[in-house]
Amino acid sequence: MSGPGSKEPTPGRSAAPITAVPVRYPERWVAAGIILVLAAMFVHMLFTNPAFNWPFMLDNMFSEPVVRGVWVTLSATVLSMVIGVVLGIVLAVMRLSGNPVLVTVSWTYTWFFRGVPRLVLAVLFGNLAILYSTIHIGLPFDNYWMPWLGLEGDARFFEIDARTLLTGYTAGLLALSLSEGAYMAEIIRAGLQSVDKGQTEASQALGMSKSKIMRRITLPQAMRVVIPPTGNETIAMLKDTALLAYVPVTIELFYQLQAIGTRSYQIFPMLVAACLWYLAITSVLMTGQYFIERRFNRSGRGTARERIVGGAH
Amino acid sequence: MAEKTRDHGEQEAAPETAEGAAAPGDALVVAENVHKSFGRLEVLKGIDLQVRRGEVMCIVGPSGSGKSTFLRCVNHLEKLTAGRLWVNGELMGYRQKRGRLYELRDSEIAAQRSDIGMVFQRFNLFPHLTVLGNIVEAPVQVKRVPRARATERAMELLERVGLPDKANAYPEQLSGGQQQRVAIARALAMEPSLMLFDEPTSALDPELVGEVLDVMQDLAGGGMTMVVVTHEMGFAREVGDSLVFMDDGVVVESGSPAEVLSNPRHERTQAFLSKVL
Ligand SMILES: Nc1ncnc2c1ncn2[C@@H]1O[C@H](COP(=O)(O)OP(=O)(O)O)[C@@H](O)[C@H]1O
Ligand SMILES: [Mg+2]
Repeated sequence: MSGPGSKEPTPGRSAAPITAVPVRYPERWVAAGIILVLAAMFVHMLFTNPAFNWPFMLDNMFSEPVVRGVWVTLSATVLSMVIGVVLGIVLAVMRLSGNPVLVTVSWTYTWFFRGVPRLVLAVLFGNLAILYSTIHIGLPFDNYWMPWLGLEGDARFFEIDARTLLTGYTAGLLALSLSEGAYMAEIIRAGLQSVDKGQTEASQALGMSKSKIMRRITLPQAMRVVIPPTGNETIAMLKDTALLAYVPVTIELFYQLQAIGTRSYQIFPMLVAACLWYLAITSVLMTGQYFIERRFNRSGRGTARERIVGGAH
Repeated sequence: MAEKTRDHGEQEAAPETAEGAAAPGDALVVAENVHKSFGRLEVLKGIDLQVRRGEVMCIVGPSGSGKSTFLRCVNHLEKLTAGRLWVNGELMGYRQKRGRLYELRDSEIAAQRSDIGMVFQRFNLFPHLTVLGNIVEAPVQVKRVPRARATERAMELLERVGLPDKANAYPEQLSGGQQQRVAIARALAMEPSLMLFDEPTSALDPELVGEVLDVMQDLAGGGMTMVVVTHEMGFAREVGDSLVFMDDGVVVESGSPAEVLSNPRHERTQAFLSKVL
């Protein structure tokens, strides 16, 4: 009796669960079928094409130099990210300092290291020893001003052979770290700028010094904005450590895998091994990133709200 | 020009431009011909004011008249373009030596500011710290008070502003009125000799204004020297010792609140009051 004409709507009448026939999507089944066939063909090839040579790959994938290469890759990732973040903080603070000298230095640095490809940087740093075969620690331009003052000798206190200081690993690490510093500087600058100006003013009004305000108030709040892209940078860096092979850093993962492949004429299996190693490590990192981001997205807010629900109210 | 708050400034003449002229005895804040420009925009056009110790001065005036800018000049968040400003006998932001002004270092300015509390319209609590963390931050970091003692003192202050059970809450879990009371406690934790309030209740829902004004009234009753920019005429009348009407970067009129509110002498004051009363 609850037709459109009836005066009183009868509540509860239409509360029965809806059991309508859903729309069918036959094209989805067709697409899934095609993809399934393609996947089967691919797997078939994986197992029948002799170029894959799985037994050889498995034999060598976990050999001692390769596992050492994995550690080198991991250590290079961690070290270059740590140096890169510290450098990035310094560069970002310089950039926002308002001091024209610091701003220019920071800008030029970022311009250079963001503009040159990492591969080129890696090779370039591998060849820095050409520039200076020995590195002297002392007063600058001594060869000009010492004779001018009528002094003999030089103002160099000690010297290092550049080839011992700039071993492949150090040179490669330097290239990656310095490059990362430029990218982190941009990320951290955006984070610092995202913090409300009122925060700085309130801190200033309390008598806090500039450096205290940066360390205690601005940086911690910038972290929310900085952390997610830093996770991406870490994963990208892990992959970019493969560039160390071109410095060359002979103990590095990709170099080792390629070396084994070249030596035994089994290039393709070792390239597959490289893919698998990088995939495995980045998968672990991505999982970690997922949890860190989930934590930071509710940072202070979500956790705090849980606390209030559980306690204060 | 405008009358100064001279109702109690008996013996001393305003410090003339004499070298190293110190602030007069019982005035905590002395502003002398304070000018401030942002680029070509002159926001303060010569402010002369004195705030005695223990005085509650309310500043009213239309939006954009330079009230906030003046407050920010008092603790040197803004640099004056001309004039002088003393707080507690100290020239803010500069050292005067042999007829020249030397800018103070950041650390020296920070030290001057630590004696002046400021409360903002938008609270500006630190969102990443708890209420307790907000209050102990400056005493621990700036004054090097041991954390345990700072915490004890913070709990006393929270008691005083009526929020003893919110010590471990985060700012965003609090209502606006509660946040502003925490902000007052945070400023008081530095044991300042002067408190500046910049429209402390303007961002609050009407029903929350009272709780903040109560805390401020309590503070005034305890003898705190306060400069309060506000639109709360009731507060100005009941709690204020003096009332300053600012418009277009100048002090148009000042005197006792009752006098200015009920018997404004200047046209601009009358026009403004007719709109807000
Ligand atoms: N940092 C600034 N840069 C440029 N102009 C400003 C700045 N701060 C304030 N002003 C200007 O100064 C004038 C007075 O501002 P303010 O002191 O905030 O007034 P009030 O607090 O009385 O409303 C306004 O016209 C405002 O636009
Ligand atoms: Mg204002």
